[in-house]
Amino acid sequence: MLYEQHKAEIDEILARYPVDRKRSALLPLLYLAQDVYGRLDRDSIREVAEILDLPYTDVFEVVGFYTLFYNEEVGKVVLDVCDDVPCCFCGAEELVADLENRLGIKAGETTKDKVFTLRRVKCIAACDQAPVLQANLEFHNRVLPDKVEAMLAKLR
Amino acid sequence: MPKTELKEYIVMRNREIENIRDLDVYLASGGYAMAKQALTSMTPAAIIDEVKKSGLRGRGGAGFPTGVKWSFVPKELNPKYLVVNADESEPGTFNNHEIIDENPHQLLEGIVISAFAIGANVAYIYIRGEFAYGARFLEQKIAEARARGLIGKNLFGTGYDVEIYVHRGAGAYICGEETALLESLEGKIGQPRLKPPFPAVAGLYAKPTVVNNVETLTNVPRIIEKGADWFRSFGTEKSPGTKAVSISGHVKKPGNYEIPLGITIREFIFDWAGGMRDPNLPLKFIIPGGASSNWLTEQHLDLPMTWDDMAAAGTMLGSGAMVVLDTSVPVVRAALKVDEFFKHESCGKCSPCREGTHFLVKVWERIDEGHGRVGDIELLADVGKQMLGKCFCPLGDSSVSAVNSAIKFFRPELDAAIDAQH
Ligand SMILES: NC(=O)C1=CN([C@@H]2O[C@H](COP(=O)(O)OP(=O)(O)OC[C@H]3O[C@@H](n4cnc5c(N)ncnc54)[C@H](O)[C@@H]3O)[C@@H](O)[C@H]2O)C=CC1
Ligand SMILES: Cc1cc2nc3c(=O)[nH]c(=O)nc-3n(C[C@H](O)[C@H](O)[C@H](O)COP(=O)(O)O)c2cc1C
Ligand code: SF4
Ligand code: FES
Repeated sequence: MLYEQHKAEIDEILARYPVDRKRSALLPLLYLAQDVYGRLDRDSIREVAEILDLPYTDVFEVVGFYTLFYNEEVGKVVLDVCDDVPCCFCGAEELVADLENRLGIKAGETTKDKVFTLRRVKCIAACDQAPVLQANLEFHNRVLPDKVEAMLAKLR
Repeated sequence: MPKTELKEYIVMRNREIENIRDLDVYLASGGYAMAKQALTSMTPAAIIDEVKKSGLRGRGGAGFPTGVKWSFVPKELNPKYLVVNADESEPGTFNNHEIIDENPHQLLEGIVISAFAIGANVAYIYIRGEFAYGARFLEQKIAEARARGLIGKNLFGTGYDVEIYVHRGAGAYICGEETALLESLEGKIGQPRLKPPFPAVAGLYAKPTVVNNVETLTNVPRIIEKGADWFRSFGTEKSPGTKAVSISGHVKKPGNYEIPLGITIREFIFDWAGGMRDPNLPLKFIIPGGASSNWLTEQHLDLPMTWDDMAAAGTMLGSGAMVVLDTSVPVVRAALKVDEFFKHESCGKCSPCREGTHFLVKVWERIDEGHGRVGDIELLADVGKQMLGKCFCPLGDSSVSAVNSAIKFFRPELDAAIDAQH
C-alpha cells in the first residue's frame, strides 16, 4: 500500500501544506503514485483519494486534466517532442517523422516491446534548442538527424 | 546604430559570474547580504516603498507594478502567502528556465525579501511539471540555504520565519494564469477564478496572496542592494530595468538575452541575435510576446521593446518571447499550430473558448490540407469576433491573435491558399 510503504515521504509532503488543506498534496501524491505504479489506474487513484479523504471522482477528474499523468500504460521511456511554433519550423516535424520511422510507431503510440512511447507536446521552454525533446522529462537539445540513433540506443 | 551595451546584468548574472548557482559562489558575490540587510535594518513598508520607487513591473507578462501589488495586501488578514509563478509555458518563452537552472539563489533571496515585505511566512514555488530537473534542483538549493540559516526559522536573529516549498504542476498551460495556478495548488483542476477579488486580497485558501513571476522576484535583491535610482538607470521612464528576453526561430543566435528595456526590435534581432539565419530567406513575421500576442512585420522593426510601446502598436511585450520567422514559413501552417496550442490548452470552463478554439483549428486544418472553402477566411474572422472579449480569461482571446494577424498582414496569401484549391 502506498501510504504504508512511503509513509515518511508522504508525511513530509503533507507537512508542506496547512493541516486543514491536505488536498494541496494531491499533485505531489499523484506523482508519487505514478512513480511507484507506472501509471494512474483505478486502484492507484483510489489509494491517493483515501490518503487525502477525497471522493474518487475528484481525483479522477484531476488525473484527466493534466497531461503528465498517465491513465494508460506507457513505455519505459516517454519521448515528448515539441512540435509547437517555432520548433515545428526548426526541425521538429522531421524529428517526429524520423522517430516514427525508427520506432515503427506513430506519435501517440507505444512500441510493442513497451520501451518507447512517442508523443507530440506543446512548448517545453527550450525553443532555442530546437529540435528538442524530453525523454522521461530530461531535456535532449538539438536532436539533429545524426544524433537520433545514439540517443535511442542510450535510452533503450 | 551601434548595439546598446548592457552596463551589467541584473537577473542573468550567471552570464557574468561562473557557477553562481553554487551557494558558496553566490555568497562570495555578496549573496544573501541583501536579505540580511532587508530583514535586519528595513521595515516591510520601506522595502515595498523602494520597490515601488524602482518602478519594477511584473515580468510574467502583464507588467503590473510590483510594489503597488504588494501594497494592496491587507495588513490585518493572516496568514499571507507568496506564490512564485514558475509555470513558464507561453510558446517561445524560456527565460525563467535559465534563471532557475543557473541563478537559483538570487531567486530564493528575492523570495525571502519579498515574503518578508508582504508579511508571508510560507512561499510556494509553482513550477511547471516538465521542469522536473529544475524542481529537484530548487529543492536542493533550498536545503543548502536552509542548512546555513538563510531560509527557515528566526532568520538573521530577527524572529522572522520563512519556509519555501516547491510545488510541481503537471502539464497545463492555463495553470500559469495566477488564479488557475492557485486552484491547481489547492489540488484541483486548473480553471481560472473570477477577478476581482485579486489574489492580493483573496488568493491561496482565500488568504491574501502575492503571485509574482520568477524573473520579477529575481530583480528584488539587486534593487535593495543598489537602490531604485540605480535600477532606473536601465530601461525607460515607464519600463525601467532590464528584461530577460527569449528569442527563437530563424535567427542566427537564438537564446536568452538580458536587454535594457526600450531597445528597438530591429536592434534586438539584428544586433543582439545576429540577424536572420539564412541570407536568402528574409524576415516574414514576428510573434513578439509569445503565441498569445498579435504578430508584427518588417514595418514594426523600430518599435521600442517596452510594455507601453508594444501595447500602443496593438501587441504586447508579454513574457519576453520573440519568435522570428522567415519566408519559408506558410502563414496557414503557423496560424494552425498556434491555434492548435490554444485548443489543446483550453481549460474547458467557458464555451466561447472551448468551442471556438476547436472551430478555428478545424477551419485552419482544412485550408492547410488543401480543402479550404470559399468564405473560410470570413468564417475565421467571424468566429474570432464571437470569441474576443467573451471568454472568461485571456487564454480564449489569445487564440484570436493568430487569426486576426494572419488576415491583417497576409490576406492575399490566405486567399491564394484557398483559390489554389478550387
Ligand atoms: N509567462 C508566461 O508563460 C505567460 C504570460 N502571459 C501573460 O499574462 C498576461 C496576463 O496576465 P493576467 O494575470 O491575466 O493579467 P492582469 O493584468 O489581470 O494581472 C497582472 C497582475 O497584477 C495584479 N493586479 C492587477 N490589478 C490588480 C488590482 N486592482 N489589485 C491587485 N492586484 C492587481 C494581478 O493579480 C496580477 O498578478 C498577458 O499579458 C501575457 O503576456 C500569458 C501566458 C503565458
Ligand atoms: C493564460 C495565461 C497564462 C499565464 N502564464 C504565466 C506564466 O507561465 N508565468 C507567469 O509568470 N505568468 C503567467 N501569466 C500571468 C499571471 O496570471 C500573472 O499576471 C503573473 O504571474 C503575475 O506576476 P508578475 O506581476 O510578477 O508578472 C499567465 C496569464 C495567463 C492569462
Ligand atoms: S477562456 Fe479558455 S482557458 Fe480561459 S476559462 Fe475559458 S475555457 Fe478556460
Ligand atoms: S516551441 Fe518548442 S520548446 Fe518552445
